Amino acid sequence: MKDPGKSSGMHFHRRAFLQGSGAVAAATAISGGAAEAASRASRLVRSKTQITLHVNGSDHQVAVEPRDTLLDVLRYQLDLTAAKPVSSDGSSGASTVLVDGKPMTASTLLAIACRGKKIETCESVSSHHPDRICRTFVKHDSLQCGFCTPGFVVAVRAFLKRHPDATREQIRQGLNGNLCRCGTYADMIEAVVDLVKGGGNG
Amino acid sequence: MAKTGYAWPSREKSRLLGKSHDRIDGLVKATGEAKYTYDVNLKNQLIVKCLSAPFGHLRITKLDTAPAKEIPGVVEVLVFPHAGVGKEIQWDGELLVAVAAESESAAREGVQAIRFDYEKLDVFTNEEDLEAAKAAGRTMRTRSSEPTTEREPGDDDDEDEFYEAEFKRLFDQCDVVVEGFYGIPVITHCCLEPHGSTLEYKDGKLRVYLSTQNVSGTDDGFAKALEMGADQVEVICQYIGGGFGSKFSPGYWGIAAARLAKSTGRPIKFMLDRDQELKIAGNRPSGYIKVRLGADKNGEIKVWDSHQWGTSGYRGGGVSDRVVPYVIQAPSRRVRATPIKVNAMQAAAWRAPNHPQACVMTQCALDDLAARLGISSLDVFLRNVKHISSRQKQEVYAAELKRAAELIDWKSKWHPHGKGPAKGSVVEGLGIALHTWGGTANNSECRLRIYPDGGVESFCGTQDLGTGTRTVCALVLAETFGLNVEDVRVNIGDSKYPPSGASGGSTTVGAVCESHRRAAQDALARLFETVAPKLSAKPDELEVGVGCIRVKGKPDRSLSWREACALLGLKPLEVTASHKRGAASPLSDEGVGGVQIAHVAVDRDTGVVRMKQFVAVQDMGLIVNRKTATSQVHGAVIMGIAYALFEERILDPSTGQFVNAELADYKLPRIGDVGEIVVDLYEPEDQRARGVIGLGEPPVISPGAAISNAVCNALGVRVPVLPLTPKRVLDAIRQANGRG
Amino acid sequence: MKSFEYAEPRTEEEAVEFLQDAGTTAVVLAGGTDLMGLLKKMVVTPDRVVNIMEVDSLKEIRLLPDGSLAIGSAVTLDELLADPHLADYGGILDAVHGINSMQLQSQGTLGGEVLRRPQCWYFRRDGELLDGRRVIEGDNRYHAILGNQGPAKFVSASRIAPCLIALGAQARLRCAEGERWCDVADLFQIPRRADQQENTLAPGELVTHFVLPPAGALQSATYEVRHGAGPDMPLAAAAAVLEFSGQRVKEAQVVMGQVAPIPWRADAAAEVLVGHRVDERLAAEAGRVAVAQATPLSHNEYKVQLAQTAVRRAVLRAAGLETGGF
Repeated sequence: MKDPGKSSGMHFHRRAFLQGSGAVAAATAISGGAAEAASRASRLVRSKTQITLHVNGSDHQVAVEPRDTLLDVLRYQLDLTAAKPVSSDGSSGASTVLVDGKPMTASTLLAIACRGKKIETCESVSSHHPDRICRTFVKHDSLQCGFCTPGFVVAVRAFLKRHPDATREQIRQGLNGNLCRCGTYADMIEAVVDLVKGGGNG
Repeated sequence: MAKTGYAWPSREKSRLLGKSHDRIDGLVKATGEAKYTYDVNLKNQLIVKCLSAPFGHLRITKLDTAPAKEIPGVVEVLVFPHAGVGKEIQWDGELLVAVAAESESAAREGVQAIRFDYEKLDVFTNEEDLEAAKAAGRTMRTRSSEPTTEREPGDDDDEDEFYEAEFKRLFDQCDVVVEGFYGIPVITHCCLEPHGSTLEYKDGKLRVYLSTQNVSGTDDGFAKALEMGADQVEVICQYIGGGFGSKFSPGYWGIAAARLAKSTGRPIKFMLDRDQELKIAGNRPSGYIKVRLGADKNGEIKVWDSHQWGTSGYRGGGVSDRVVPYVIQAPSRRVRATPIKVNAMQAAAWRAPNHPQACVMTQCALDDLAARLGISSLDVFLRNVKHISSRQKQEVYAAELKRAAELIDWKSKWHPHGKGPAKGSVVEGLGIALHTWGGTANNSECRLRIYPDGGVESFCGTQDLGTGTRTVCALVLAETFGLNVEDVRVNIGDSKYPPSGASGGSTTVGAVCESHRRAAQDALARLFETVAPKLSAKPDELEVGVGCIRVKGKPDRSLSWREACALLGLKPLEVTASHKRGAASPLSDEGVGGVQIAHVAVDRDTGVVRMKQFVAVQDMGLIVNRKTATSQVHGAVIMGIAYALFEERILDPSTGQFVNAELADYKLPRIGDVGEIVVDLYEPEDQRARGVIGLGEPPVISPGAAISNAVCNALGVRVPVLPLTPKRVLDAIRQANGRG
Repeated sequence: MKSFEYAEPRTEEEAVEFLQDAGTTAVVLAGGTDLMGLLKKMVVTPDRVVNIMEVDSLKEIRLLPDGSLAIGSAVTLDELLADPHLADYGGILDAVHGINSMQLQSQGTLGGEVLRRPQCWYFRRDGELLDGRRVIEGDNRYHAILGNQGPAKFVSASRIAPCLIALGAQARLRCAEGERWCDVADLFQIPRRADQQENTLAPGELVTHFVLPPAGALQSATYEVRHGAGPDMPLAAAAAVLEFSGQRVKEAQVVMGQVAPIPWRADAAAEVLVGHRVDERLAAEAGRVAVAQATPLSHNEYKVQLAQTAVRRAVLRAAGLETGGF
């Protein structure tokens, strides 16, 4: 057995880590004092508490237990039901929302951990004021039963932000975090190809 | 009433029918506004979560629910009638106790607090192994269909002896005899919206938001259980997150929800958890088969002799032997079937019940015949078109085979089984299968109103499973009245509307086309009577133009639709029309065919199969909405790719536990797995003339066999059992190499 | 989920304090892509959940003066993909790309991925990690083919750890008493008793950083055999790190994933490579050697070939050659 740490080019020291590190200051900082203790207490939540969630551009006051998921709070307290409960571990992508612009599954986020973050659900647009993604999904019939569709719509928003010029191959590669049972994938690919070409505008 | 009789306009005269239209509820779904049963939040509702059986076969020895009631937020606890102490439970996941609480978390904590114990009983899950099932005493009596042979037994013959001798003689006459084993395990419906309801009981009335394929047919079940009149129950389902044949009844969980609503006086939301959904809310029977197939040297089949087995769950079952052999019938044949009982929930109808399995169990053998003879599978299928027994015509299949072959470019891509060029470890192959389905129009009634302001509104207790039913209804009305789709308002999804049949068997589009076209033609005839004097014409001299009613041949004598409707006076014109399932009609028919060809690539080193291209040629009578029809075929093919390459129920052999009942483990294809799908809707004039025929199920039948055949063509090795996972592919290759 | 307290520390000290308060069992929450499912299933039932995502020092990617690269454990997977410093660590990027879901990549973290709880459907059903008999008698198609002689039959779930180990990466850990360092390889152990789990962390200990040696001349690759395009667990995987002297391999490390209860070092396979030019034949030989000691269970013999293929293709990819396959 070889020790990789002793292989040439694979050796280093923790000293290097500490050089110029923010962690140096942090590691040597002396904690204490009443203010410190109070702020620490505020960062420990033992039971149901009032928090503010910033969803689709406005603030919402909600009372949550530490264990409440963002998905449950959206669905049961804010009646925002576009994000769906399909899998407990997020593997279906049906509860996809944007958190500070990034696609995440609301079913695997604690609501309390979302304080101070910008949450955007599929409902940030409406059927009266749809965005081009929704319009293009309809144009290509990229939906059937529709239960997974809002999760896909939000995922496509995130995908196009990162890959505005995505190729067909990138589309097939990039949207595998969401699951559809009706089999809308073929029409979904066409919709995203169309969106890349500027479809859905006007 | 319409004197001219009900009919569809010709292709040339159809302004909307057969063209591509956006679905009218598309934006509501895409923006997430659509409220599914799971999404309906009633004020003050309680959430139900359940304790479910943790073992495949058990007897309950202890069940103390008192601790659950102590959990903060728990309001009510209900023990299911089948789940008291001493009761035997036959499968993992069966619901035992329902806990209603103020939140999901509280309900789950309540479930966790229940004191429950059980005695483990014997478990059997190995449905693939007939001998093991026999040894475990889990087989039921073998059914034998009456053999079909050239000669018939005489009065003095012992039938068994006669047929043994006769089949020996028939096989001896064949140039080639192929023996094969094929199988297709249980899969689940895996609806993304689990089964369940949100409901409230108020003032002696029950209002149920139910995730159902059967809006008009589920009120009875609730009414009976709660001993109330069916007219006191309203079932509503505006949107449903998948059903695929598993959502026809309230389910015992639905009944329990209603009881809880009544006992607590509060609205109840009772949706199954994901693992419960997979374990108890719907699965498709398995089928395994040993086949002997005799043919001549050109690949024309002569004799079929098979023995199949499989399961639908704890009561036996399996794939029906009446659809084996599937579509292509050997002139002489014998079929036997042995049901096996396993510790699992009983199966439910799954999109085209029995057909996908039967297609695999039959047409893989046909493809092995081509492999044995070293000739093209296309030639073998074409040669056997004359043996097709189907509600679709043989010439249609022949035409569809040729179209599919052209679309996939069979000529340049085909090679004999296992003889294609390899690019490193990657080989490619083509495979064919074909299918049939009924798709008759179900019962349906439509109430139609034309308002004096020109508005048109229909009411029908049907449901939209995602096929685009609402849009189909609107298209039929708009076509009939010369209006645009957005000019009509369609109301479905409520049991207070006129009844319409359950959505099963691809019967819905036919059903609503029947009822809506009839209602519309009837209403138009009445409107013509009202309008005729104003246009100084007889009613039968009138016709509909775009947005107007006019005298035939005299376009200057016309009234706009609004002007015409204004003549109705103050009261809307109301018409009700219906269709009865099975009644002959010029508007609908039954019996379709379809041919599919798969093009796959297989990595021999990893056993991974990739879809390259898939061609689906499908007839369906008259096309109503080309866009949604095409996406139905896309969806069916993808669901077929799912069971061909990915999904299966895996039961633990010693505990009966359904070990892959979460979506991280229950493999399904993703957007990167489906390759390119080419859909060809086959609608020549003679097919269009038959009227509307259901489409939802037929294209899901062939993918299993087509993909299995393509993999066999690529490898030169049959991977006998679906899904064709890396494990199964590698195991088959190893076995073929004689190292297994 | 069982009720729990929620803590949201801002510093590493605060994090370890929250983790080590007397009388509570606490777990670290990072992206939540693994933990949340386990909490819901009540496979994990802590008194307290400590969310480390607001600790700035855990979110840094920092090039150290000696050329090595420190990555905070709360750095998300998509941040790894986007960071130019990672460009020379192909094997890490391969593994992150394999987790083929934008959601998992933007939510999941490096620390969470490396310490992902074991893959075993029995464990994930009821939390029992060491019921080896159940696995032997049960359906073990995805279970271990190496290191499976004890009660642990599950497979280590991390997709990045094999490459980290092959690179010789180290981990920095914090607890209330201070910090310690160890090879990433030493974070993992095959548990044999009920009081052990699959990692070597002491209760309340927090992995703060991973430090990768300078990429320099190292060429790394990960190859995963995946059933489909989704983010599901691979069936077998391997990471290879090669250092060349001219055309010949000077140093090599090969580590397999998804085949054993820990990331499985294939040192004998690495030996095969040293001193030679990499070609298809040599890579194939490394693959064969890597699985020579495999002890497959009743349903997973196919994984031996998959692991062998993964090693072969990882070596080829690390050498900049065509892997074959799709």
